[in-house]
Amino acid sequence: MTLRDKTADETPRSWLRAVLYDATIRGWVFQGLVLLFIILFALWVIHNTAANLRAANIPFGFDFLNMRAGFDISQKPIDYTLDSSHAQAFKVGLLNTIIVSVLGIILATIIGFIVGISRLSSNWLLARAATVYVETLRNIPLLLQLLFWYKAVLSVLPGPRQGLMLPFSINLSNRGLTMPRPIVGEGFGLVMWALLVAVVAAWALARWARRRQAATGQSFPVIRASLGIVIGLPLVVFLILGAPLTFELPELKGFNFVGGMVVHPELTAMLLGISLYTATFIAETVRAGILAVSSGQSEAAFSLGLRPSQTMRLIVVPQAMRVIIPPLTSQYLNLTKNSSLALAIGYPDLVAVFAGSTLNITGHAIEVIAITMAVYLALSLITAALMNWFNARVALVER
Amino acid sequence: MRSNTLKTLLLGAAFVGAGAVAASAGTLDEVKAKGFVQCGVNGAGLAGFGAPDDAGNWTGLDVDACRAVAAAVFGDPSKVKFTGLSAKERFTALQSKEIDMLARNSTNTMSRDTQLGITFTGTNYYDGQGFMVKKALGVSSAKDLNGASVCVQSGTTTELNLADYFKSNGMTFNAVVFEKQEEADAAYDAGRCDAYTTDASGLYSIRLKMTNPDDSIVLPEIISKEPLGPAVRQGDDQWESIVRWTHYAMLIAEEFGVTQANVDEMKKSENPEVQRLLGVGEGVDFGTPIGLNKDWAYNVIKGVGNYGESFERNVGEGSPLKIARGLNALWSKGGLQYAPPIR
Repeated sequence: MTLRDKTADETPRSWLRAVLYDATIRGWVFQGLVLLFIILFALWVIHNTAANLRAANIPFGFDFLNMRAGFDISQKPIDYTLDSSHAQAFKVGLLNTIIVSVLGIILATIIGFIVGISRLSSNWLLARAATVYVETLRNIPLLLQLLFWYKAVLSVLPGPRQGLMLPFSINLSNRGLTMPRPIVGEGFGLVMWALLVAVVAAWALARWARRRQAATGQSFPVIRASLGIVIGLPLVVFLILGAPLTFELPELKGFNFVGGMVVHPELTAMLLGISLYTATFIAETVRAGILAVSSGQSEAAFSLGLRPSQTMRLIVVPQAMRVIIPPLTSQYLNLTKNSSLALAIGYPDLVAVFAGSTLNITGHAIEVIAITMAVYLALSLITAALMNWFNARVALVER
Repeated sequence: MRSNTLKTLLLGAAFVGAGAVAASAGTLDEVKAKGFVQCGVNGAGLAGFGAPDDAGNWTGLDVDACRAVAAAVFGDPSKVKFTGLSAKERFTALQSKEIDMLARNSTNTMSRDTQLGITFTGTNYYDGQGFMVKKALGVSSAKDLNGASVCVQSGTTTELNLADYFKSNGMTFNAVVFEKQEEADAAYDAGRCDAYTTDASGLYSIRLKMTNPDDSIVLPEIISKEPLGPAVRQGDDQWESIVRWTHYAMLIAEEFGVTQANVDEMKKSENPEVQRLLGVGEGVDFGTPIGLNKDWAYNVIKGVGNYGESFERNVGEGSPLKIARGLNALWSKGGLQYAPPIR
């Protein structure tokens, strides 16, 4: 408390005056009142909801999560049977959402960067093709595109018995892409350790090469060497151990393939739709980022004798990244949230499984929707946090 | 998010924001005040049960259940407004008072009847779950479906029965679950699944929508009990009685040969059962105690006809579905439709 005029006047009345007119105290009082109001409002909402639900004879609570789910889910990344609980169904749905989001983000980023750079290409055909792609796909609602891709994927592919046989027992039909499933034998863990060691070695090599180039100007074929280490080392360990890996081959039994791994057409359609759509926005972001780098930078690079590809990779893109990353984060968040459209084409994501089947079977609409919203919020915040960390790393360091 | 999820959300929000109200508030008074019955029906359009016809008028067995209640309340079967609902939205819509009654081919089950704050008022169609497959597969029994991919709509008893059936028969399957019936239909049509499952009545209606209806057959097995019926909110006994007895009135009318065409003539009938049904005679008034007029049942028959007429018109011989009465025949003719007497 800062009572500035305490010495000037000692009467209780003026003491009160001083408190009333003190900006700090007044600030705290009003902040406190607002906070109190918000808390009371939240309590009122909760109390009112509970009272209304009670009045309507609808039970409220989260016990339903332990009840037997009893329905099947087509894509199960973890153990799930008909006897599993709704909580397990929730995990399956969440994992499916994460699978489609992560794969979608990777694909959309690759396509987006290629198309964005292509739009600036001096090759007329390439640039125009990229423009047509961007302008068409970003202007059609995503839901329509998903339905289109699902329809397209299903109608092009033959039934499982007439499926397209590809090498390595891979089969493509309207039931999905069926592949042999790897079964790891004893000692396979060592191969994974070898892979880890190789990755660390490749990282160290890249660091050393960069330092050497900075010091001496000599370049080193880092990419080729790293690839050699990352693939070679685990392969050598794998062969020494006597190849502890077998494959379970898919077999056509009755209606469908039994065994093996399968990529369902729903996932394929989701990935096609969601990544091609988001890639158009990423492409525009990339183009904007590259255009934001002053042309003097590339001119300077060319006059130093760098090739166009080197100029792009070493001079332009690193500077463009500063402009690209913040809007890129938004696109990643959009993609994750858009994955909830999956329920339209039968892909078992969180919304379809948990906010669909579970909600209907248990009738706990408020609890289920609240959990689902909390999950999307958490996924988005995690994505944003990761991207902010990355952004801080590539941000321009003023010297 | 999808509009449906949004809708569920908004319905949920109704519980959050609405002032606390007593559940026993009279639905009948509210309905009379606004001048129409708001009725939840099948939003995707299930021919024979609830679907708009070529002229845009809702028709079907469930739609008739709604119109009959409107006729009982207002003496006019057209004083009803329809809300198309998906399987997922239906119970929330009823709980949150968006609709006054639900007639959307919904199966009466214990958990729905006791845990959702709703009450089923009767069974207007005794159904059972069946399978439809492509003829080309050469399957003649549901027992041959081991390993099949099955298209099914989410949030239905069908989804659970399917799992139970395969499990109890020691068979495996792969469910491909869609939120909407149209999407499941289209996926089956495109060959994504070997089989399609829903209530048998629905199978016949959906088969007609396929590109080549003759390529599919409905298998003989019925794997579950699906008593479909209207539902109302729990705690409003008067409204529940009105919806329940409207259905009974239609059954009693069929039992005693009272039809839409001869109902005026039947008012002169000497049969005391018919007199009590139509509110004819001194001191014969069963309507007032449930908040209606004494000629409430007369209005129902006059407005939509008796149960048999409604059945034949919507799903029976007078419709493209041509479903036999079977379990839905009157008890006196070997079926399950049975109404307690009006007295």
